[in-house]
Amino acid sequence: MGDQILTTVDWARAQFALTAMYHWIFVPLTLGLSFLIAFFESIYLKTGDEEWKKLTKFWMTLFGVNFAVGVATGIILEFQFGTNWSNYSWMVGDIFGAPLAIEGIFAFFIEATFFSVMFFGWNKVSKGFHLFSTWMVALGANLSAVWILVANGWMQFPTGMAFNPDKARFEMQNFWEVALSPVAVQKFTHTTSSAFLLAALFVVGVSALFLLQKRHQLMARRSMVVAAVFGFIASFFVAFNGDESAFNVARRQPMKLAAMEGLYQGQEKAPMVVLGVINADKKPGDNLPAFHQEVKIPSMLSLLANRDPDSFVPGINDLVYGNAARNIVGAEQRMITGKIAVSALASYKLAKEKVDAPAAAAALALFNKHKGDLGYGYLITPAQAAPPVALTFYSFRVMVVLGTLFPLIFLLVLFFSFKGTLEKQRWLLQACVASIFLGYVAQQAGWVVAEVGRQPWAIQGLLPVGVASTNIAASQVQVTFFIFLTLFTALLLAEIRIMMKQIKIGPEV
Amino acid sequence: MVVGRTLWKIIAIKLFIMFAILKLFFFPNFLEKNFNTEHERAGHVLDNLTKAPSAP
Repeated sequence: MGDQILTTVDWARAQFALTAMYHWIFVPLTLGLSFLIAFFESIYLKTGDEEWKKLTKFWMTLFGVNFAVGVATGIILEFQFGTNWSNYSWMVGDIFGAPLAIEGIFAFFIEATFFSVMFFGWNKVSKGFHLFSTWMVALGANLSAVWILVANGWMQFPTGMAFNPDKARFEMQNFWEVALSPVAVQKFTHTTSSAFLLAALFVVGVSALFLLQKRHQLMARRSMVVAAVFGFIASFFVAFNGDESAFNVARRQPMKLAAMEGLYQGQEKAPMVVLGVINADKKPGDNLPAFHQEVKIPSMLSLLANRDPDSFVPGINDLVYGNAARNIVGAEQRMITGKIAVSALASYKLAKEKVDAPAAAAALALFNKHKGDLGYGYLITPAQAAPPVALTFYSFRVMVVLGTLFPLIFLLVLFFSFKGTLEKQRWLLQACVASIFLGYVAQQAGWVVAEVGRQPWAIQGLLPVGVASTNIAASQVQVTFFIFLTLFTALLLAEIRIMMKQIKIGPEV
Repeated sequence: MVVGRTLWKIIAIKLFIMFAILKLFFFPNFLEKNFNTEHERAGHVLDNLTKAPSAP
């Protein structure tokens, strides 16, 4: 930022990022551990072995800690919609209303209702009904994720709606187009499978700690095997739908893909930069090299983006300035049509106020012709259409490198478990403990790619973040930023403390 | 179960801070607070949408 004063938009962005990242510390463990507990309890019912019941109740306690501390942290994000992002909130109200209502009424009520039975119903309800309740908690938690991700998917790929210029809002035209958008579906599968992976790392890591301390070894070994299988399978789903994600992004958010790869000049047989040091001075359109150092795999990016190793992948420069030879209309041109759309919208508003029907009709026709580029009409320079490249590039690599490491860890755990020598592999057990933290790092890195990579857009191509925000004093947002920082840090420290205490106590005797 | 009591306390304190303090004093709904009708709110948003872009 140098000596620029941070604006309201910067603080609002920072606040949303802070609260979303904190929220995302609690959520993936809930999503994944709920299923692991359901598996543990299913094994208990199948075998009748009371050790499995002890094991289940132990992990359920940790699940409960995470759930209790994390519950309602997502509502903070909704508070911010109405205060810091009022334009955005108004414009998407008709789109987000249905998914978020379904989330609250349907998914959360299932979760909350059966949560009570799961926690307080041991020995009070039948074993079968208790197990059913545990599975319903897992289902309810993951169904909640569907609707939030449908909303986020719509931001990345707005579909199934029409803009009403009289009400200044997007109105849903087709619920199923929104709910089953390929971006929403892929987001859900990738997010939930990565959450399963995180939960597996958590169980494997805590269990490894027990083995290192030579405590509760039977429980730890059993937990590790089940979690490692779960995590190993989840890793494949993460990789598979991660690949789908890249394919989707190439089609629907090519600028995000270009930023993820630090690709400025589009090319055929585009290589993938496996590792690289981004040139921080590089800007769209200049002649500076994109990287100081890079290690590339030839044609790999073309293969991943288009499933054709010879295909053309557009770079940031193509998308900013256009490429006539490749039929790419750049941001520079789209800004011209976007400004026509903005101007036409203003003329329409004025004509309606003056009750001038012919002028309103003409303005509306002109707006409708160019409304697809509306968002570009708010940009000052074409280069603003590009997101922060370095952050997107490095976050993507952190996520992928860690995502490649985790299945190896699960595989090693299963190998040594099968050999019966897991307790002797202290190096592996220590790596498992460390991987709890690394799992969270990968989770956050993934969301940074998704949300930083879509900048400057609040709604892809239609509404930049700067226009989405409320015109309030930056100081107002600063105060709440630091309140949230304090509150969430306190919650996180409380969770870690309570978790460590429960882990120290171990399963009930 | 001691941990249960601790967790309920955390939930209660958290929800109180969120709804009785943050929502009430720091997070008013801007459009509902400053405009009376849907027409006025739409008009305000349209004003923002039709303003010339400001410096980055």
